[in-house]
Amino acid sequence: MSDLEAFRAEIRAWLEENCPPEMRQPARSDDDICWGGRKFKFKNEAQKQWLERCAAKGYTVPDWPKPYGGAGMSPAEAKIWREEMNRIGARPPLSSFGIWMLGPALLKFGTEEQKVHYLNQIARGEIRWCQGYSEPGSGSDLVSLQTYGEDKGDHWVVNGQKIWTSYADKADWIFCLVRTDKTNKYQGISFLLFDMESPGVSTKPILLISGNSPFCETFFDNVKVPKYQIVGELNRGWDVAKYLLGHEREMISGAGGNDRLNTIGAFAKRNGLEDPLLRAELAMFDVDALAFSAMGEKFLDEIKVGKAHPAQPNMMKYAGTELNKRRHELLMAAGGSAALEWDSEASGGGSKARTWLRTKANSIEGGTSEVMLNVISKRILDLPGA
Amino acid sequence: MPLYHTEDQAMLADTARQFMSDEGTIAKQLRHWRDKQCKDGFGHALWKQFAELGFTGILVAEADGGLGMGHVEAGIVLEEIGRNLTPSPFLTSSVMAATALGGGSADLRGRYLPGLLAGDSVFAVAIDEGPKHRPERIATRAERAGNGFRITGGKAFVVHGGSADMLVVAARTAGADDDNDGITLFAVPKDAAGLSQDAVRLVDSSMATHVKLDGVQVDADAVIGEVDAGRELLNRVLNAGRVGAAAESVGVAGGAFDMTTTYLKQRKQFGQLIGEFQALQHRAAHLYSELEIARASVIKAQQLLDAGSDKAELMVSVAKAKAGKAASLAVKEGVQMHGGIGMTDEYDIGLYMKRDRALSEFMGDMYYHAERVAQLSGY
Repeated sequence: MSDLEAFRAEIRAWLEENCPPEMRQPARSDDDICWGGRKFKFKNEAQKQWLERCAAKGYTVPDWPKPYGGAGMSPAEAKIWREEMNRIGARPPLSSFGIWMLGPALLKFGTEEQKVHYLNQIARGEIRWCQGYSEPGSGSDLVSLQTYGEDKGDHWVVNGQKIWTSYADKADWIFCLVRTDKTNKYQGISFLLFDMESPGVSTKPILLISGNSPFCETFFDNVKVPKYQIVGELNRGWDVAKYLLGHEREMISGAGGNDRLNTIGAFAKRNGLEDPLLRAELAMFDVDALAFSAMGEKFLDEIKVGKAHPAQPNMMKYAGTELNKRRHELLMAAGGSAALEWDSEASGGGSKARTWLRTKANSIEGGTSEVMLNVISKRILDLPGA
Repeated sequence: MPLYHTEDQAMLADTARQFMSDEGTIAKQLRHWRDKQCKDGFGHALWKQFAELGFTGILVAEADGGLGMGHVEAGIVLEEIGRNLTPSPFLTSSVMAATALGGGSADLRGRYLPGLLAGDSVFAVAIDEGPKHRPERIATRAERAGNGFRITGGKAFVVHGGSADMLVVAARTAGADDDNDGITLFAVPKDAAGLSQDAVRLVDSSMATHVKLDGVQVDADAVIGEVDAGRELLNRVLNAGRVGAAAESVGVAGGAFDMTTTYLKQRKQFGQLIGEFQALQHRAAHLYSELEIARASVIKAQQLLDAGSDKAELMVSVAKAKAGKAASLAVKEGVQMHGGIGMTDEYDIGLYMKRDRALSEFMGDMYYHAERVAQLSGY
């Protein structure tokens, strides 16, 4: 048996023993997802157990180094982990912006002290993070952001407003882009970390068309941030931000997802699938979904060994979010009037309709599809004047 | 296994790319033979060169003198063939017929493989009986007669049939036309009595034939694999052809795309490069995305086939459909973005459009394969 086969056997056995049966069902709603953090309430004992068991082994962040809370898996081992998780339909033990976004940025730009401190907290699900990027006047043109940190010697005093801050009302800490030099557009932004319980921080949920409020407005009124809570160099936060955006886009693209959940034809059939034209569209969709799954796998394989184009996450984000919007359009069509139910128990509180509406943000958040196409044109295709 | 080429595969890709861009170019091959109205539609000298490089034996077992490689490697050559629109019998002979013969007796392999490996022989595969790919239905019949079989029926649009030394013919030895079982594959020599072919030139300047089998008598040793139980081997041949055609499509799409983005960076209108227009940039970027996804689906399918996975069948259909969709978009956008010159025969982009059309149809178009994806997925 090769080392990797032995590793697969070991993972399979561990999952068999440790993954609670309840955690092998697809998540049905947002509260099935374990986000961790100081304010988090576990939905049931199985969810808590699953997180704790994985965290103890470093499996919440399998490919992070062991000193930072990971399991130190190689790319090939991490792929086996994903495959074995998918094989039994296991839910991720922990979902978090710390894992998907801040973690990779800290691994690249953080000091050793920051890595040990923050990454371990993230890996154990102790601190839930939110992202302070967009502002009311700075959406696609993010670099024009105005939130300002005034230098007060050993700390900054931050004033300003962020918007579309995902789960700001539930988060413990924020990673935040703050202007620290008003005279320099790109090289005048710093990447700061601070506690959402700091005096002067307030949040206000934004009601979306889905009837839910995953996003907030976040206000900073003379918030004191110690200087050691900067990641990377002063005024070079845009480099950190861009690097992190790559990971955010990768996350939103859904790369590495489960084929059984990505395709929808077989699922739609359960409601009866009598319309041949709808069936044909579902088949065309499943072709695209399975092809995109392969793309996700290829992208993750390549990025781990430096073979992927550095701008490839933009392509993944574009293709993955457009696909997801199409997926939920078709699921609505397949569901018929039952998919329109807004609050009944049978409909899971209108989960079909609300999810459909929520997916419309996919091609806006983290960089719009149009911005993604601009980036592909410029950085990958090298088209002129883009 | 990671979804990228190993070092050995990357070296093969370099060799194939270099060779095809030197010797397999549109000017030297496709246009040359087209303008001569060549009855084969390809050059035999180039086919010999394929053999010298070992390409003809990629899917032939080492024990039979081949390289014993897999569909990933065959696909590497096919992608370069696609990129240069290089006409050759590689897909029908070295991919499909070689796969069929790989399931045949030592006697058959000894009779046919040396010629293939040397680039002296050309083989064709005769499966479909109408203008659409419908291998589920095989009406051509082979009845036991004398020491072997007598085959009667017709095959349509057999690519390279006219230049083939041997045709792999799928015939029915039992059951009704639509039955899954009762299929047998035969190796029928081109000069077999009762075999006649009418040649047709297709839109991409490739040559195909309509094959008439009028009581063609073959010996028992012409049977490839087992009598009545040939469906499995036929499916292997189909999978090889489909994933191979998908790889070639990715090459066609890549060639058209490169040509088009190059043009966007050269052509000026309104005092600026047309590649500066966002309307064109976004379409080019979308096309790039579709091409990357198609490429990923193809290598995934190749790897699953090579690994003998039970998921291969589904992914092969995904790859054929996705590569077809992406390539179709690439050639249509290519012609449109080239403007007027894209419509001229002198300019190559139109040749990509023609080849894509023929390749999409070959071994099932995106509609056929999307339908298969639905069926294999249980709806």
